[in-house]
Amino acid sequence: MSDQNRLSVFKTYKLYVGGKFPRSESGRVYEVTDAKGKWLANAPLSSRKDARDAVVAARKAFGGWSGATAYNRGQILYRIAEMLEGRRDQYVAEVADAEGLSKSKAGLQVDAAIDRWVWYAGWTDKIAQVVGGGNPVAGPFFNLSSPEPTGVVAVLAPQESSFLGLVSVVAPVIATGNTAVVVASEKAPLPALSLSEVLATSDLPGGVVNILSGRTAEIAAPLASHQDVNAIDLAGADETLAKELEIAAADNLKRVLRPQPVDGGGWSTTPGTDRMTAFLETKTVWHPTGALGASGSSY
Amino acid sequence: MASAPASAPGSAFEYAPAPESRAVVDIAASYGLFIDGEFTEAADGKVFKTVSPSTEEVLSEVAEAGEADVDRAVAAARKAFEKWSALPGSERAKYLFRIARVIQERSRELAVLETLDNGKPIRETRDADLPLVAAHFFYYAGWADKLDHAGYGANPKPLGVAGQVIPWNFPLLMLAWKIAPALATGNTVVLKPAETTPLSALFFADICRQAGLPRGVVNIITGDGRAGAALVAHPDVNKVAFTGSTAVGKQIARTVAGTRKKLTLELGGKGANIVFDDAPIDQAVEGIVSGIFFNQGQVCCAGSRLLVQESIHDELLDSLKRRLSTLRLGDPLDKNTDIGAINSAEQLARITALADRGEAEGAERWSPACELPSSGYWFAPTLFTNVTQAHTVARDEIFGPVLSVLTFRTPDEAVAKANNTPYGLSAGIWTEKGSRILAVANKLRAGVIWSNTFNKFDPTSPFGGYKESGFGREGGRHGLEAYLDV
Repeated sequence: MSDQNRLSVFKTYKLYVGGKFPRSESGRVYEVTDAKGKWLANAPLSSRKDARDAVVAARKAFGGWSGATAYNRGQILYRIAEMLEGRRDQYVAEVADAEGLSKSKAGLQVDAAIDRWVWYAGWTDKIAQVVGGGNPVAGPFFNLSSPEPTGVVAVLAPQESSFLGLVSVVAPVIATGNTAVVVASEKAPLPALSLSEVLATSDLPGGVVNILSGRTAEIAAPLASHQDVNAIDLAGADETLAKELEIAAADNLKRVLRPQPVDGGGWSTTPGTDRMTAFLETKTVWHPTGALGASGSSY
Repeated sequence: MASAPASAPGSAFEYAPAPESRAVVDIAASYGLFIDGEFTEAADGKVFKTVSPSTEEVLSEVAEAGEADVDRAVAAARKAFEKWSALPGSERAKYLFRIARVIQERSRELAVLETLDNGKPIRETRDADLPLVAAHFFYYAGWADKLDHAGYGANPKPLGVAGQVIPWNFPLLMLAWKIAPALATGNTVVLKPAETTPLSALFFADICRQAGLPRGVVNIITGDGRAGAALVAHPDVNKVAFTGSTAVGKQIARTVAGTRKKLTLELGGKGANIVFDDAPIDQAVEGIVSGIFFNQGQVCCAGSRLLVQESIHDELLDSLKRRLSTLRLGDPLDKNTDIGAINSAEQLARITALADRGEAEGAERWSPACELPSSGYWFAPTLFTNVTQAHTVARDEIFGPVLSVLTFRTPDEAVAKANNTPYGLSAGIWTEKGSRILAVANKLRAGVIWSNTFNKFDPTSPFGGYKESGFGREGGRHGLEAYLDV
């Protein structure tokens, strides 16, 4: 019997929230097609409630993830790269379908995405030394500035680059200890939804990354106005939506990363530190140094 | 001055008045807007008065900028930008060093001026505000020709015209925090001081003249919130920097939404000052006092919530009350004065209303015996005990000399209570145990944390908030980012 006669097993694409794979609570799906309009899957059409559930999961995960050692976060990000490498063919096929690319071009995208996880895995325990440090204040104090994660970050993944673009915006957010609610590319959500299978098997604690599919504008609105979301990356928003969301985000003064120009190669150049520092706070702590002498401690 | 310093009745010491001379400062009867290197009237000729909060004496009359004036000031800054940004950094540095030096030379004059216009004690303007102002210019002067090494890539570019709106609590210091990094990085500025404290910024204009700063690099427009709103909304402004209330900060964030304007916001706070049972009580009391009564509590990073471990509550409160009874409230120009005037009638009304609400909600109110001068805006140092987290006085920023006292039993409870606020600007930790300091500091969601000290500032030390206390940092290397196109 030849392989062509075997009926393949479809995958039901589901959301990734709190380390679990739920369907949309709304029961809604939408049809996802390839670049030529051929049916690929029915993806969950997330609701406002799904967005709020994802925020709850991300908040719950924040303490543990931000409190993990930077070394541990680096190990886990590297593990994600390892897991992806092992399932490279699956992602090449999905990216090829999603973006209408040849297998070889899709392969370059997936390879770059894997390498991007490796790049950020190495950053976890270095960023604090690059952006923090001691400050030579004019007084008897030890004064230290350290970066800390902002908190729960809503990430609107790029619409055009379904996998490399997605990884390029998610990895920097979580590398530094934030947790994320990610809205996948609206028309090409499948690589993002499949990424969750790798995240779930890389020792990444549930809730650190939550992935939603559906209408970007519909899911992003409740995230932008959510009082327990600390920041929003508008990469996947067009100009009109970005402005609306930035206005909504002002209600609790979210940190807003406006849509940035994408490099000519479509996320192919090595990123700098900007996507990390956009979601970092600086905490500065003053400690008296006292004075050791005849008078003893002076503080 | 009309009012002699009030000495607390029954206090251990009587002091003779020791007023600083106001002859050192010459305030003109009126001031114009400082645009393109010249003082000019507002286009529509409007003016407003600025008064001394301690006596309600009219100090001067200043021009009230309207939209046309904002437009003119932005145009002047835009015109100056090309040359200023093209100057070698070493030349920009020298202008800033000159400004720092002139400020040092004129610091007594400026301290007296600031005390007159703001109402804060001369001890503070002389020993805190002015030294920090000069230091801030001196610090950023040194960055102007070293930006390649600041960690923002080679040859980082300025943004253009910066629109800056500052509050009345530290008028000249907030000006320094805004203007020094902006000029060092090659931007030009339009700055609007607060409506109730315009004078020191106008004196700063004269310092720019003495320093030979090219015209249009610094423009000062005086006016109320409408002028600030027009500045923030101006299409030719590339950078907006605001220090003030969270409500206005949110409005500004909405205004700049959808533009390319870079925004930094330094907003309100409800800082927790956490005292553990092993803390050195006497030092902690001094820290609590400087945390909430420095500048009459009109400080965004004030330690306005005292979280005290239950076992030492009574002992600490006794010491604190004893200490508060020795604070001297009165003539801000008197060198012995600890507590000056509230900045405005409006602010006094707000503090009064919030304190009354604290009482109405059932918190226990206490103030030392304290005679308030008959004219001016005054509020006695006030403590609230039996405060819960639900009380308004534990939640809202009062921006006045009002301390809310809450208790905790465990470090975890202290952290949870400290973080239970939409703000995240400052916090204090008092304990002798080093590891506890580090553990608690690690968990506090605030941008500036003082352990076994409070309300310390330095130009090298980044300052700014988490959450609704705003974003961006002022001071240090970090403070450059707000004014660079990075």
